[in-house]
Amino acid sequence: MQEKHNIEFNQETLDLVNKIIKRYPEGRQKSALLPLLHIAQAENQGWLSSETMEYVATLLDIQPIEVFEVASFYSMFNLQPVGNCVIEVCQTGPCWLKGSDEILAHFENRLGIKAGETTADGKFTIKTVECLAACGNAPVIQVGTEYHENLSIQKADELLNKWQAEDKNSHTNPYL
Amino acid sequence: MAEQILLKNIDVPGLASFEVYRKLGGYSSVEKALKNYSPDQVTSEVTKSGLRGRGGAGFPAGMKWGFIDKKTDNPRYFVCNFDESEPGTFKDRHIGQLNPHQLIEGMILGSYALGARTSYIYIRGELFYALKIVEKAIEEAYKNGFLGENIFGSGYSLDLYCHPGAGAYICGEETALLESLEGKRGNPRIKPPFPAVVGLYGCPTVVNNVETIAALPWIINNGGDAYASIGIGNSKGTKLISACGHINKPGIYEIELGLPVEEFIYSDEYCGGIRPGHTLKAVVAGGSSVPILPASLILKTAEGKPRMMSYESLSEGGFVSGTMLGSGGFIVMDETTCIVRNLLTFAKFYRHESCGQCSPCREGTGWMEKILHRIESGHGTMKDIDLLVDISKHIEGNTICPLGDAAAWPVASAIRHFREEFEEHVKLQKCPF
Repeated sequence: MQEKHNIEFNQETLDLVNKIIKRYPEGRQKSALLPLLHIAQAENQGWLSSETMEYVATLLDIQPIEVFEVASFYSMFNLQPVGNCVIEVCQTGPCWLKGSDEILAHFENRLGIKAGETTADGKFTIKTVECLAACGNAPVIQVGTEYHENLSIQKADELLNKWQAEDKNSHTNPYL
Repeated sequence: MAEQILLKNIDVPGLASFEVYRKLGGYSSVEKALKNYSPDQVTSEVTKSGLRGRGGAGFPAGMKWGFIDKKTDNPRYFVCNFDESEPGTFKDRHIGQLNPHQLIEGMILGSYALGARTSYIYIRGELFYALKIVEKAIEEAYKNGFLGENIFGSGYSLDLYCHPGAGAYICGEETALLESLEGKRGNPRIKPPFPAVVGLYGCPTVVNNVETIAALPWIINNGGDAYASIGIGNSKGTKLISACGHINKPGIYEIELGLPVEEFIYSDEYCGGIRPGHTLKAVVAGGSSVPILPASLILKTAEGKPRMMSYESLSEGGFVSGTMLGSGGFIVMDETTCIVRNLLTFAKFYRHESCGQCSPCREGTGWMEKILHRIESGHGTMKDIDLLVDISKHIEGNTICPLGDAAAWPVASAIRHFREEFEEHVKLQKCPF
């Protein structure tokens, strides 16, 4: 049994949500679904539980299934719990040419997990992702809304040390 | 150095702020157009300029605008495609994050020409930090009267908003982008009807790439003829080339179309040559989708003519010995590169990004990835190589959108030009690299 998540946005977030909904014509509020899912995911520790998706459905006055079918299509949305800090390592050609294999292996070795897994303490998840469109500065990783480019093993170490020291949480409302 | 239409001021500190941008002459094209030009006159300048869609397809922008259905009473929409995701392509985020006002200025011109009162910039979700920069710039444009109600007493009003994607390459296909903007899965629509007739919310819509839109202010300021005087043949103007891989100077370069490929790769003004001690093996010239060419065919055509950076020259020889300019994502590989392994990363990419609507693409991309994995890991057979070619032929042209072609071409071209390398993997039963 998964823990039930009762998510509800605070007033500040609701104001943002209403501002976003108004960007689309009347009756087309479903257009705000992707922006709202980004916000909801950040507010729910980085993943979209059923309850979270149902809540988004009520905000947009649409059916929960309409939210689920969209959430399950886009790779930025996690439908399972993830660690506090999700490290996304680009694996596509241009990054591979510049050594992304070594970067990924290094993160895996240091954290003792494979791509797609979360550390036992729930602090880190490693995900492989497709092209992040920063190929000139390959290899590239993304953490939350931050890009880290021109990575080397040394730079990866420095970043990971820093994240471990500060208990990094990569799930922040991307609009704020 | 080529005329810098897009990158002229890119290194000016604070360019992303309205104040700095305006001081450099920013938004003058909007003043000019709203005061002196009818919407049709703006379209006419763009048509004259010969500007082609910079997202990859290279369709003439003015002609695309000309298709917009002005007979209906429905609202019309202008949408910017900032879903930059084609591997090797990283030019649009350069404009978006460093020079957002040039994009906004272009959005106002395009919206005015098309009669759009609400316009959207669709930005890939991974680039949220760029979205925030563009949103801040939009806010400044509103404050300074370039967006909103009755812009400078012209009677023309425009609202402009950013919309994030959420990780789906397919949403760079314009009809998938519109679906996504409507809050749905990014499944491409069957065309016709084209978006110019039935687009966003069923209304007439034009979708253009960031780079295309960012070129509009210069065209209105200097005239379509001036733009058309730059470049070569039907490749008018300048193009951003994002160069990456085994070169000394990866980065974003604005070139005049017609620049020799050899100069682009080896000149210090551009890529600065191949990394020390290594030699050029192959190039993917226009983003991962376009056919890969070996060094001999990227520098010169099969007839021995110098190859140039233009739509026509790069495609000379068709797919037998040529390629495409595409998005300008220029991926350079030296002799250490395993063509099979590089192709495997592309095959994995297209399998991951296939939306799943059309069977040839949904199934075929997965098969190609599996077979390539088998060959790369030393378990392939000679028959597998022909099977790959066969699958690619069955995908190409048999899908709703061009993702199928985009997945098929890299496979077909890699085998066409580097077949011996695939065979070596099979013979040795391992990767020779």
